[in-house]
Amino acid sequence: MKFAVKAWSNGRARAGILHLGTSTIDTPSLLLSTRKGLPHFISPDLLSCLPSPESRLLHVSPLHFLEGLSMKTISKIGGLHQLLGLHDHCFVSVPRDSIQCLPEANSTNKIGASFETPCGRLLIKPVEYMEMISSTRPELWATLADEVPAWVSDKRNKTSVDRTIKWLDECISLSPASGAVFGAIVGGSSLEERRRCAQEVATRNVSGYWVGGLGLGESMDERPALLNAVIEALPEEKPRLICGLGLPEEILQGIAAGVDLFESTYIYHLTLGGFALTFPLDRTQINALNLAPSDVGSDPRKINLRATVFRKDTMPIVEGCTCYTCRNHTRAYINHLLNVHEMLAQILLEIHNTHHFLGFFRLIREAINAGRFEEFRKEFVQRWR
Amino acid sequence: MALRFEVLGRFNRARAAQLTLPHFVCQTPLFMPVGTQGTIKGLATDQLEEIGCQIILGNTGWKANAPNTRGIYSNPNIIMALDDVVKTTITGPRIEEAMYRTLRWIDRCIAAHKRPHDQNLFGIVQGGLDPVLRDICVRGLVDRNLPGYAIGGLAGGEDKDSFWRVVAQCTATLPKDKPRYVMGVGYPLDIVICSALGADMYDCVYPTRTARFGTALVPEGVLKLKHRAMAEDTRPIDPTCACMVCKNYTRAYIHSLVTKDAMGSQLLSFHNLYYMMQLSKNLHSSIVQGKFPEFVCNFLQKMVKCVMV
Repeated sequence: MKFAVKAWSNGRARAGILHLGTSTIDTPSLLLSTRKGLPHFISPDLLSCLPSPESRLLHVSPLHFLEGLSMKTISKIGGLHQLLGLHDHCFVSVPRDSIQCLPEANSTNKIGASFETPCGRLLIKPVEYMEMISSTRPELWATLADEVPAWVSDKRNKTSVDRTIKWLDECISLSPASGAVFGAIVGGSSLEERRRCAQEVATRNVSGYWVGGLGLGESMDERPALLNAVIEALPEEKPRLICGLGLPEEILQGIAAGVDLFESTYIYHLTLGGFALTFPLDRTQINALNLAPSDVGSDPRKINLRATVFRKDTMPIVEGCTCYTCRNHTRAYINHLLNVHEMLAQILLEIHNTHHFLGFFRLIREAINAGRFEEFRKEFVQRWR
Repeated sequence: MALRFEVLGRFNRARAAQLTLPHFVCQTPLFMPVGTQGTIKGLATDQLEEIGCQIILGNTGWKANAPNTRGIYSNPNIIMALDDVVKTTITGPRIEEAMYRTLRWIDRCIAAHKRPHDQNLFGIVQGGLDPVLRDICVRGLVDRNLPGYAIGGLAGGEDKDSFWRVVAQCTATLPKDKPRYVMGVGYPLDIVICSALGADMYDCVYPTRTARFGTALVPEGVLKLKHRAMAEDTRPIDPTCACMVCKNYTRAYIHSLVTKDAMGSQLLSFHNLYYMMQLSKNLHSSIVQGKFPEFVCNFLQKMVKCVMV
């Protein structure tokens, strides 16, 4: 793995280039969320219709495979690329998956991290986690962490930092020859603990950092200070990955603090809800947008395709959108599919939403490269307030 | 008439043909997947093209709900007459009533049909398992000189011995120069048998429905991916299959998905439909090349081997 910062804008926001596997990806970038390695709905042969190479980073939680597939079998098959038939993509493994494998802080102990999963509550020891990493062979993986929600006691929080650092060292000592390792940083909602953890991890031999334990109960207002406390202690030239930030405003917050890679469940939740992103990605569209007072109360960022108003709407989700869904289908068709509970609805929505959200990241990179990220961010937040 | 049916090869009663419709050309024997709600469950249009699906069935019920949807369903080339279907497992005067009603309704359909120039109205033969009734119905429909005929009312629980006899009778008496469509068929073996008897087109939910239950169609019959033994099996579903699923995925991985993740249904549906389209192609080409008996023997040998184990 190789990473280099190319441009800065307004302080900590930066644009970079990440070389991972056979891909070269511009950052800030989005990791697509997966279930057992494949997207939740988008069939692997339709993945190529997403913009490339931005869509090539896939987040995989090794814990998904515990349901029905042994690590021995995965090893025998040859790891994730062989298992999933995706040779052009890059896999980033983080144990936590914000949809189905949530950290269970109350059950985590000195032996391992506890997760609530579809196969019940599992306790994952560092040695077991590393076995999963060795079998699945992702291009990039984060060390095992003790993630705690924002409301735990100071004592519990401090323990989580100590444990995470201990497990980081254990994971690194068991680390396979290939694959870049990102050190996990936790610390809950305590600025001192966040700083302490970051400073410790910064001294370890890792290729980058995974900022864990966020998106677990802290408010959007608290987050910038916590992020800054972490980022300040980290070397600038190494990439930073974060999970659990979903909304566009949260992504912007993360970028402003200096994060480069984002794993988000926003697309998944939108898709399940029947929502499609529609906020304009084009400067001309943005200027043409006219939010009259009567629009207060409606949400022009996304549409709910279950609504009866779309029953006869023969427009694509977003006019001019070049995604597979908008090129081939109408709002009326998706509305119909949702109403009759056909899974094609989720497939088409996940395609569009992913395409659109990747477009959002592209706008962000353009703004950073042009040195006007803060302006872009303020405008975006203001417009949709 | 808005279709041309050209027989390219024969073996006894089996025929391979080219069916030309206003928007495209296809080869028969032909399996047509079912898209009940305006979609083949879990598959996108591009994928259907990749699988080689040529005709797709769209039941009319959903059209009332989505009058403006674009895409493959907006302009049917073949429409089926409204018929009166009864279960083959019943007996009594109801069957006769249904058959005569079907004949009366075909006249009403013909009268109401506004687009005979680019849409083909197929009549459906009814009559239960009664050869006399079936014969009356066939004659009645043939008199109306329709572009194609369907053999309906089967694939509903009747025993196979009765099933094939009805198909054989109808294919013997329906016009040879027009397509015959056996509705609701079905299992690969049934399609091979009906093709040998002279049928051309088939539709069934079986391949996609069985996929959603974790069952794959293979030359040996079926493969139940849910079975625990699949968890360690690193072979593809069917080593002889060229579909995207068999080229990229192991039985072990599909096993981990089936019945738990939508993706499992999608991948298996893709494979199963590919299998059915491959079967259609093989039936067509083996008849054209004069190798139909070899094909059928080969097909049966592979399946029977499985049963005997």
